[in-house]
Amino acid sequence: MTADVINWGLLALEPPGWGGVLLAGLFNSIKIAIGGYSLGLVLGTGGACGKLYGGPVVKDLMEIYTTLVRAVPELVLILLLYYAGTDVLNRAAAALGYGTVNISGLAAGIFVIGVVQGAYATEVLRGAILAVPAGQIEAARAYGMSPLLTLRRVTLPAMLPHAIPGLSNLWLISTKDTALLAVVGFSELTLVTRQAAGATKAYMLFFCAAGALYLLLTLVSNLIIRFIEARARRGWAAPS
Amino acid sequence: MPAMTERAEAIAVRDLRKRFGALEVLKGISLTAHEGDVIAIIGGSGSGKSTFLRCINMLETPSSGSVAIRGEAIALKGDGHGGLAPSNRRQVQRLRARLGMVFQSFNLWQHMTILQNVIEAPVHVLGVPRAEAMERGEALLRRVGLFEKRDVYPSFLSGGQQQRAAIARALAVQPHAMLFDEPTSALDPELVGEVLGVIGDLAKEKRTMILVTHEMKFARNVASHIVFLAQGVIEEQGPPEQIFGDPRSERLKKFISSVH
Repeated sequence: MTADVINWGLLALEPPGWGGVLLAGLFNSIKIAIGGYSLGLVLGTGGACGKLYGGPVVKDLMEIYTTLVRAVPELVLILLLYYAGTDVLNRAAAALGYGTVNISGLAAGIFVIGVVQGAYATEVLRGAILAVPAGQIEAARAYGMSPLLTLRRVTLPAMLPHAIPGLSNLWLISTKDTALLAVVGFSELTLVTRQAAGATKAYMLFFCAAGALYLLLTLVSNLIIRFIEARARRGWAAPS
Repeated sequence: MPAMTERAEAIAVRDLRKRFGALEVLKGISLTAHEGDVIAIIGGSGSGKSTFLRCINMLETPSSGSVAIRGEAIALKGDGHGGLAPSNRRQVQRLRARLGMVFQSFNLWQHMTILQNVIEAPVHVLGVPRAEAMERGEALLRRVGLFEKRDVYPSFLSGGQQQRAAIARALAVQPHAMLFDEPTSALDPELVGEVLGVIGDLAKEKRTMILVTHEMKFARNVASHIVFLAQGVIEEQGPPEQIFGDPRSERLKKFISSVH
């Protein structure tokens, strides 16, 4: 009996094995994670700068953004942005005389994850910028740097070591948030795993395989994060 | 007052006042630094000497009064809260870029090597070609005895080395005048000498500088003019021999005897 419990052949890359499908799902998950995370970083940088340096209106808008997005469960946000967002876009397209537009699952996924990540990244980056010693920025001003040049040459690179632990967390969360897109039918790793398991009834095998793939993604991420962190902290003396 | 000279005015401050809320820190200070002057500002803590220095390059905006760099008045306008603010940001940036400032706590950029710190303002603010800035930066680091440390990050250096690097950074912008804000106050006693040595050499070259300091012996030796601030006004000023040898005001006498 033991020999038949696990049918490793199901994981073969070529059909009838499902391995290839699983890897394609993983690839989709990574694409969404990278896209959403990048969008989140851009939104987060803008959000943090808006909260710290913006006028009263900008500050309030940023506050509303981070509060709302962080208050609502991500699953609800994904359903809301995906279905309602598509609906709004289609109505707008119809009003402007275009036909219905078809939103790709990939674009929608990146957008949704990006908006969610942006709200959290705003707070991570805001805290990191506040941790930059005032003297660093004062020296930039004293040497005639404009606010934008100061941000680019001093504030952002100087805050990086403070931001990396928080940003690493956000990256790992974003890789796993991609699983939520299964509910809108996007063929990422979790959805294809469910399909494979359902079709073959080998639930244990496929969900463990998916778990192993997520673990692998995390381990590789950790290696890269460690490298980036060492580089960002190169100017810091080793703790004595 | 300094003797009448043909030398141009490097920094001219007129009737400068600065309030923080209800507290008036500077109560109308006028001071002119001509080219080649080495002016040391002394005074007790809370006398407003650092605030005064920081008003010269508008790190602190005055509540009233005026500042002119090489005859060019910094344009100021009301800030709506009873104080002043620069009305032309670009003018302030342009003038600041050629006032080499040295801070009490060094304020070297921690994510850049020493050489990168030195060439940062020349390359990114003044637009000097990188190769030229590197060459000049290395020469300056050699001059302050840090050439071997050019690729090291600031936090790996001693306070004295960091401050010497900060002085090289200030020299790299070919400053019209240098502003020193208590450059040795954050240093361990045994490191003070090496920094004062570098500043003393610059003074001998007749570089225009305004120096806020607690080092009385040093001020006496290098300064051409001493300004004693007390409670936000210039209590007494004059050449070092007069200030230290023949102080007139009671406050200055008391101050000198207390720091000796």
